[in-house]
Amino acid sequence: MQALQSVNEFVIKFANVNGTGSASANNLFAKAIFRMGLPVCPKNIFPSNIQGLPTWYEVRVSERGYLGRRGGVDIMLSVNPQSMPQDIREVEPGGYFIYDNTKPLDLRLMRNDVNIIGIPLTRMCNEEYEDPRQRQLFRNVIYVGALAALLDMDFAVLTGLVEDQFKGKDKLILPNIHALELGYQYAQEHFDCPLGIRVRASDKVGDNILLDGNTALGLGAIYGGATVAAWYPITPSTSVVDAFDRYAKRLRIDPGTGRKNYAILQAEDELAAIGMVVGASWNGARAFTATSGPGLSLMSEFLGLAYFAEIPTVLFDVQRAGPSTGMPTRTQQSDVLSAAYASHGDTKQVLLFPSTPRECFDFGALSFDLAERLQTPIILMTDLDLGMNDNMSPPLTWDDARRYDRGKVLDAEQLEEMERYGRYLDVDGDGICYRTIPGTHPDKGAFFTRGTSRDEYAVYTEKGEEYEKNMHRLMAKWETIKEWVPRPVETQSEQGTDTAILFYGTSEESSMEARDYLAEDGVPLNAMRVRAFPFNHEVAAFIARHERVFVIEQNRDAQLRTLLMAEFELGPDKLKSVLCFDGNPISARNIRKQILQQMPGYNVTPLRRERVVAGAEMSS
Amino acid sequence: MSYQLPKFRHPDLPVNTLGYTRADYEGAISTLCAGCGHDSISGAIVRACHELALEPHRIAKLSGIGCSSKAPTYFLGKSHGFNSVHGRMPSVVSGANMANRDLLYLGVSGDGDTASIGMGQFAHAVRRNLNMVYIVMNNGCYGLTKGQDSATADAGSASKKGDPNPFSAIDLPGLALQLGATFVARSFSGDKGQLVPLIKAAISHRGFALIDVISPCVTFNNNPGSTKSYDFVREHAEATGTVDFVPMREEITASYPAGRTQDVTLHDGSVLHLEKLAPDLDPFDRVSAMVALQKHSAEGQILTGLIYMDKDSRDLHDVMETSRRPLNSLTEEDLCPGDKVLANINASLR
Repeated sequence: MQALQSVNEFVIKFANVNGTGSASANNLFAKAIFRMGLPVCPKNIFPSNIQGLPTWYEVRVSERGYLGRRGGVDIMLSVNPQSMPQDIREVEPGGYFIYDNTKPLDLRLMRNDVNIIGIPLTRMCNEEYEDPRQRQLFRNVIYVGALAALLDMDFAVLTGLVEDQFKGKDKLILPNIHALELGYQYAQEHFDCPLGIRVRASDKVGDNILLDGNTALGLGAIYGGATVAAWYPITPSTSVVDAFDRYAKRLRIDPGTGRKNYAILQAEDELAAIGMVVGASWNGARAFTATSGPGLSLMSEFLGLAYFAEIPTVLFDVQRAGPSTGMPTRTQQSDVLSAAYASHGDTKQVLLFPSTPRECFDFGALSFDLAERLQTPIILMTDLDLGMNDNMSPPLTWDDARRYDRGKVLDAEQLEEMERYGRYLDVDGDGICYRTIPGTHPDKGAFFTRGTSRDEYAVYTEKGEEYEKNMHRLMAKWETIKEWVPRPVETQSEQGTDTAILFYGTSEESSMEARDYLAEDGVPLNAMRVRAFPFNHEVAAFIARHERVFVIEQNRDAQLRTLLMAEFELGPDKLKSVLCFDGNPISARNIRKQILQQMPGYNVTPLRRERVVAGAEMSS
Repeated sequence: MSYQLPKFRHPDLPVNTLGYTRADYEGAISTLCAGCGHDSISGAIVRACHELALEPHRIAKLSGIGCSSKAPTYFLGKSHGFNSVHGRMPSVVSGANMANRDLLYLGVSGDGDTASIGMGQFAHAVRRNLNMVYIVMNNGCYGLTKGQDSATADAGSASKKGDPNPFSAIDLPGLALQLGATFVARSFSGDKGQLVPLIKAAISHRGFALIDVISPCVTFNNNPGSTKSYDFVREHAEATGTVDFVPMREEITASYPAGRTQDVTLHDGSVLHLEKLAPDLDPFDRVSAMVALQKHSAEGQILTGLIYMDKDSRDLHDVMETSRRPLNSLTEEDLCPGDKVLANINASLR
């Protein structure tokens, strides 16, 4: 049998039981690879469960810098008998299946085209440790030690990480290093180390950091000047506010008084959370909420009020698989349409699509500027994959000369000089009017904020023409918004081509990797990453320039494609769909396959739809 | 019904210490039905704010949806107002209050807005002890949609349509007490003598102050058989005692007849003078207040006046230890940690 051979390019997947402490051991592995100078992309694939169900951790190692899901598994490390049948099936031919052979492998699972490596992890732990919890925890550390030998990892990097991790809890350092050594020695004694797949230290990481998108968002809110966070716990957004809380405790305590320069309200539900954000923003504070699909549905009514009454509002939507409770711990980009047109009546909401932690930080902070500048909700659309997984990212930076853009807000002096203030009077002709903050001036600038129709002076009216005038102005503002939101990122193929891919958010890495494969297949592609809705004018021009555009997204209904068709009044022929919605991040191989199938001249029998949607992988 | 507010103001209208007349606290002309209890409550709010010499622009008036929630247009025209989403005023006030602790938050709601669609938000604003005055204009029915029973309609009470309400009523003061409210009062729109000092006391209270004001709906629920009609409430209201409010600035000069009286100094230095207190109620004891409410209710009486007050109330800002400076006044210097800190954070992520 041929064993896969690769240095620094492979996918390893860990199959564990939820709640057994595997996450920190697996993280130790990924971080060690990262510290060896290798681009790495770990993805936690976990159930909606606290303890007992199968959970996986997939790590892409790629010296070439591919950070998306590739598809397929080269090394499977399985310590969960419950998922073993599925785990062994997933291994690529020639790949490796490493498992706990304290109990022998069920012969029916045996594959002849896979290298089977058994390590008696449970037995080793039982011999080494008395305490049941230690037996469970150190089993994970032991297999990381074994991997160090099997993959030829730098052992000193691992011990260094352990020392960093347990700084302050020093008595945990030696036992962890001991467990690493146990695994390392066992592998050295029993197997031909290293395997065909191995790592070698490199310098491809540069000054990048390893960070999850939610933490980056929380930091973005800190730097962006948010003072009020209101939220209701929901996976996968919870860690956004957790991060805000953690950093605020460090960075937002008033040095003189010890009091907090922020307020975090855990609301009774998402309706209240967004209401609090609207109230705080109306009153001149920068406020945000973080939620996911079900929460977005509940917030819809308030989003309509904020749109119509023009109240700056910041909402971070960390998307997960819907509809309804769906698959709450799996990723999707399936809130796009419900966010873009959130609420009843004619509404259009501004969306931002970050695709890296760095962009989560940048767009997170930017959201507050945009919300105040544009006086409308800003919905930042990230997803579970970006939010809850460590992603390699350029470091975060902040320009200390930067000032918050508070938009058009009148102060007491400006009000004093005014004859008559009109809250909804379009003085500048850009559709954005001047707002006042309660308490500013004794007798000027007060008005009644309401969700009912009103005239330019905020006086209640049910006159059709006044109502229409206001709705037209909101559309004029929509045009202005296009100039303010982040522009798309374009990548031109060196070969001329009339075919392009268009994607957003977490589909970026896999899409760009698939684009490289397709170039080798003879299908050169131009690429555009959309970063905001409303779509800037560049997006329309880009689509117009191409014969066909593949819109790559992680939902069933091709939601961004629908949005493009609706906003640009495009027919359905030009925009083709590449979709993945099985709850896993879309993979490069999947994208390549779906594009090839839809390319004219590539006479491939189309897959049945359900196979395509299951994300069936193409073997390399 | 008049549709234009007369511009004429008597030149000798009394001014308060800020030099404002009562007219400076009025709002647009009401579009509610003539005789609506809500307009009397608006009048009481105007009088309380004028007499307390509050700066109108330092008050924020917020409401949900319904007849009651239209009312803020009809008082305090120089204050910012927010007519928000049905049942969601408490969350909007919560956020607003977090943003600027220095304004006075006056929330106006109705029985539908509070006891049905907004029950959750009401309950949680109470338990957080959000610093606000929460006035329920309680008429036991949905006026704007033409008279359906609301959740505060008493069982057996019949509105104009004639069908007795089959469901038990939600008693907002009782509920608020159970939820830990720190100021609970009930009054009647037809009794300004009681309502005005209660509003003043609620304004001075630090924390959540509920005033449930029974406010008859003249169009749909003022008929015989209704327990929220003017006649019924007049006949069945039983005051806990009389309340007099003495602002901090004024010396107490009034002399009160002997009897069961108590003076309470509020956190801002104002004094609440309670008189002729019902013998079975200690308004500073939650259990006593709950018992009194239940007892009067069982006897078919409507207990009004100050029902409960926690003199040592700590509001949400106290609990959360937020900055004494309003959060909306903080700038980049206070809020943004700068690039150097970020460099350290980056280093910890490698």
